[in-house]
Amino acid sequence: MSEPRTLLAIDHVSKNFGRVTAVDGISLDIRENEFFALLGPSGCGKTTLLRMLAGFETPNDGRILLDGRDIARTPPNKRPVNLMFQSYALFPHMSVRANVSYGLEMERLPASEIRSRVDAILATTELVAFADRKPEQLSGGQKQRVALARALVKRPRLLLLDEPLGALDKKLRGAMQLELKRLQHEVGITFVIVTHDQEESLVMADRMAVLKDGKLLQCDTPHAVYEHPADRFVADFIGVMNFVPGKAVTDGVLAVNGARIAGKVPATLAPGASAVASVRPERIRLFPSVETANCTTGTVEALAYHGLDLQLHVRTPLSPRPVLVRVTADAADRRPVSSGDQVELGWDAADVRIFAE
Amino acid sequence: MAPALVWLTALMVVPCALVLALAFFRRGIYGGIEYTFTLENFGLVFDPLYAGIFLKSARIAGTATLIAVVIGYAAAYAISAAPCRLQPVLLFFAVLPFWSNYLIRTYAWIVLLNREGLITQLLRWFGYTGEPPSMLYTEGAVIAGLVYNYLPFVILACYAPLSRLNPELAEASRDLGASAITTFRRVILPLTVPGIAAGAVFVFVLSIGNFVTPALLGGGRFQMIGNLVYDQFLTANDWPFGAALAMMLIAIMLLVLMAQALAADRASGRAIEASGGADG
Repeated sequence: MSEPRTLLAIDHVSKNFGRVTAVDGISLDIRENEFFALLGPSGCGKTTLLRMLAGFETPNDGRILLDGRDIARTPPNKRPVNLMFQSYALFPHMSVRANVSYGLEMERLPASEIRSRVDAILATTELVAFADRKPEQLSGGQKQRVALARALVKRPRLLLLDEPLGALDKKLRGAMQLELKRLQHEVGITFVIVTHDQEESLVMADRMAVLKDGKLLQCDTPHAVYEHPADRFVADFIGVMNFVPGKAVTDGVLAVNGARIAGKVPATLAPGASAVASVRPERIRLFPSVETANCTTGTVEALAYHGLDLQLHVRTPLSPRPVLVRVTADAADRRPVSSGDQVELGWDAADVRIFAE
Repeated sequence: MAPALVWLTALMVVPCALVLALAFFRRGIYGGIEYTFTLENFGLVFDPLYAGIFLKSARIAGTATLIAVVIGYAAAYAISAAPCRLQPVLLFFAVLPFWSNYLIRTYAWIVLLNREGLITQLLRWFGYTGEPPSMLYTEGAVIAGLVYNYLPFVILACYAPLSRLNPELAEASRDLGASAITTFRRVILPLTVPGIAAGAVFVFVLSIGNFVTPALLGGGRFQMIGNLVYDQFLTANDWPFGAALAMMLIAIMLLVLMAQALAADRASGRAIEASGGADG
């Protein structure tokens, strides 16, 4: 299989507003036909980066190469990139059809072509029945589809989506995540989505970049980011993670109570340095039947039933914070636990990630 | 509701009814009113001489409205584009002239437009040596005075919708390939028309019935409906005819206001129908 082609290269891009640095020397490659997510807490610079890709902000430094051409200073109406706004920004005085046609009218295409392309995209986004409605007559999900249709009909090289599912309720969001992915596949356009919802990027993205304070922390597939977070922040931000603070030793971390958590210590971490061992709740086994490299006992402090699984908060001598353990519904049925019970926990060294504190 | 009704009846309905009633009586030979019913006064209103003054007033008010809307919209646009914390300051300056008396503001224009006024002196300073331009006591001076006095209304009326406009709408238009001018024409302007209409109606209604500005800046030769009504009541002592003219003026204003209300109602009616539709 050949290496996928790079569509967009972000090359040492920085942007500051006055004394505030919003984006700090970020370099990223986004590949052709990829679903790429920019993830980070609010204020991490992801929206500023997106606005630079759309053309609403100009970088102070660096280049943005689309198909090898630097577009950093190209105005928004002159680049083959479209943005789906978080607020959708539908024109309230125009019908759905007029909203969707607008971008094609700007290209001065013949009326017949505009009509057929608009009809096609309205069919794809299941909006045919709403073509003559005004935006205010639509539900949240319908508005979102109009915003998507309006951007997609332009057949951009790159479609940017700013928190596209932010305004939808949870159930609809789940459905739309899959819907967006299906659409992306169908139209064959590269999507770059900005989100603060880590679950959303895990579900939808082919690859994702985690940003914090304007800097890129990690850029990889969701699986790699989840299983091998680049640092403590990423480990904490993506999914749920248990942390055991202590000091680095050659083959693990010495916890405050003197217990050793076995795991692979990164080369950058000198023995004796402050470190933190981490393990995902679903990697911890309750009453392990086989020998595990790490084990401890504790008291169940709280239980949270989630249908699919049971989450236990277990007080252990390892760390001041309770350890979170996820037990599948089926395992919980086999050996029921309740609050106050003494439990044994075990996990493998391979499931431990160690970071500098 | 009730206090408002009492207020309206006492200060609006009763005086208007009195003036309306007056219009159907005959003028006494030595002034005063002869209480016999007649439609003569209304007939006289449509006399070419007076109808002409109505048309002239409408033309002057219309021109003033047009100029005020263009300048006022541009000013409101600039204010809404200014940094947020500057906007209240700029609005304050836009409304500042209202803090002085209407008469004083109008007199200031006499000082400016006088044959040897500030503008002439400024021209002299730049080396102009010819006859001083005659600017005062012209239609232009009246229009300038009206525009100046009512401009803040337009700025305020246009600023409201402009400042409420989601800036992402303009960005979306740019993103979809529109130039800045096309974005203005197809997105910003249509969405701020209600503000323009409200400001325009204000200027027009206040201008067409105005009598102070034409009296001061138009000179004696210059007459608008307002002056005519004033003259009938205070100089010619023909109250019935003055009342008929005043009623005609009120009718014109009401028509303009009703047209605007109807247009606004249709716009909001669509919105109400729409919000009902979204729930269903």
